[in-house]
Amino acid sequence: MSLREITGNCQPKLPRGVRLKQDLVRNEWLLLAPERVIKLNPVAQAILQRCTGLASVDAIVDDLSQTFAADRSRIDTDVRALLADLAQKRLLDI
Amino acid sequence: MTMNAHEVPPAPIGLLAELTHRCPLGCPYCSNPVQLESRSDEIDTESWKRVFSEAAALGVLQVHLSGGEPLARRDLVELVEHCAKVGLYTNLITSGIGMSPTLVTRLADAGLDHVQLSIQDSTAASADKIAGYDGAFAKKREVARLVCDAGFALTINAVIHRANAGRAGNMVALAIELGARRVEIAHVQYYGWAVPNRAALMPTLVQAQAAIAAVEALKKQHAGEIVIDHVIPDYHARYPKACMGGWGKRTINITPQGRALPCHAAESIKSLEFWNVAQHSLADIWYQSPAFNAYRGTQWMNELCRTCERREIDHGGCRCQALALAGDAAATDPVCHKSPDHGKMQQIVLAEEAAHVEAYVYRRLKGGGGASSL
Repeated sequence: MSLREITGNCQPKLPRGVRLKQDLVRNEWLLLAPERVIKLNPVAQAILQRCTGLASVDAIVDDLSQTFAADRSRIDTDVRALLADLAQKRLLDI
Repeated sequence: MTMNAHEVPPAPIGLLAELTHRCPLGCPYCSNPVQLESRSDEIDTESWKRVFSEAAALGVLQVHLSGGEPLARRDLVELVEHCAKVGLYTNLITSGIGMSPTLVTRLADAGLDHVQLSIQDSTAASADKIAGYDGAFAKKREVARLVCDAGFALTINAVIHRANAGRAGNMVALAIELGARRVEIAHVQYYGWAVPNRAALMPTLVQAQAAIAAVEALKKQHAGEIVIDHVIPDYHARYPKACMGGWGKRTINITPQGRALPCHAAESIKSLEFWNVAQHSLADIWYQSPAFNAYRGTQWMNELCRTCERREIDHGGCRCQALALAGDAAATDPVCHKSPDHGKMQQIVLAEEAAHVEAYVYRRLKGGGGASSL
């Protein structure tokens, strides 16, 4: 099986068993997954909070570039890099 | 106090809850102690709930519901529900025996996050022989389907040893067939029941290397399809493993009776005093108990480890292995090539891998527990 290409129409979703958690003890955002705890920086947190299975990659990028008043192409690169990395680790469905 | 005075240990990340030692299988490499705890000694539902609440407050993120076979606990669904309520990520570590369509649905509804299912081999006859349980393999196939159909992410776990090392790659293929997103291929480690079975379990170096190469090749081939977590044997390595990520640094293990341990094998170190959750809060156990503080930091180390550039990387290796092979829990793990006991360990490896022992000492509760006690 080859990796599915991440197109603008993909609707990424965290699968069951992978979820975001705001850790109030350590005061940080985490991604909890089977035998894994991944610390998230604010950018990764903002991206993953939008991976509901409803929003498309294009819509997520639009939303983020507006919210953070940032360059769209740069956000697009960041989003795709993170999604590809997590999909490769089977922590995200695309 | 053996810790450096200024160091405060980080909050724990994981809690391994050995809910029971009862288990229908008899796997000869089981990491439970040879002296298994009986049902009448198990702590009750309310005690576990309190432990889980305290764990969440302390900073624990993930709870591994294990055993023995956790499905043998009639209150399992209630415990999962409670963990979910206090925000803990729950991972069920099971043999699958005892799972039913009704139970899998109830666990899903209770908020269980993840299921890890063990397999013993890729062929039924050998798998059932290793487990000491006829029909285990067929049952596990069925349970994998139930788990996936219920929408869970499934991990398959396989322990590699002499009898199945030639099929390590086939076990990855089986995990994919069963619908797993993740597979753990872990070479046997010699704790608990694996100690009396060492001569029957130890593969030859050639067997171990072939199994490792097969699995590493599959990692690349199946990237993006299944994640392969590979635990390779440490006894041929030059440096020891960073056991548990450091003593008292990441995880707490609670036995069925409620004793809190820094690792599942820690009770083999008889000189340590382990506190029970019935008498102490989890926070007191983590920060104050003598067992958790015994090997934190570097001040307990001998000269060899304390002056080593890897002291913060592997923490001197495994304390239980140091005791078992070097006779001193504070010694350098004999896996380390610098250890004065390294030669002794290699002799054991050579002798046991050449042994022609085939009969297992199956894991059993005293008085014929096992399946009948479920």
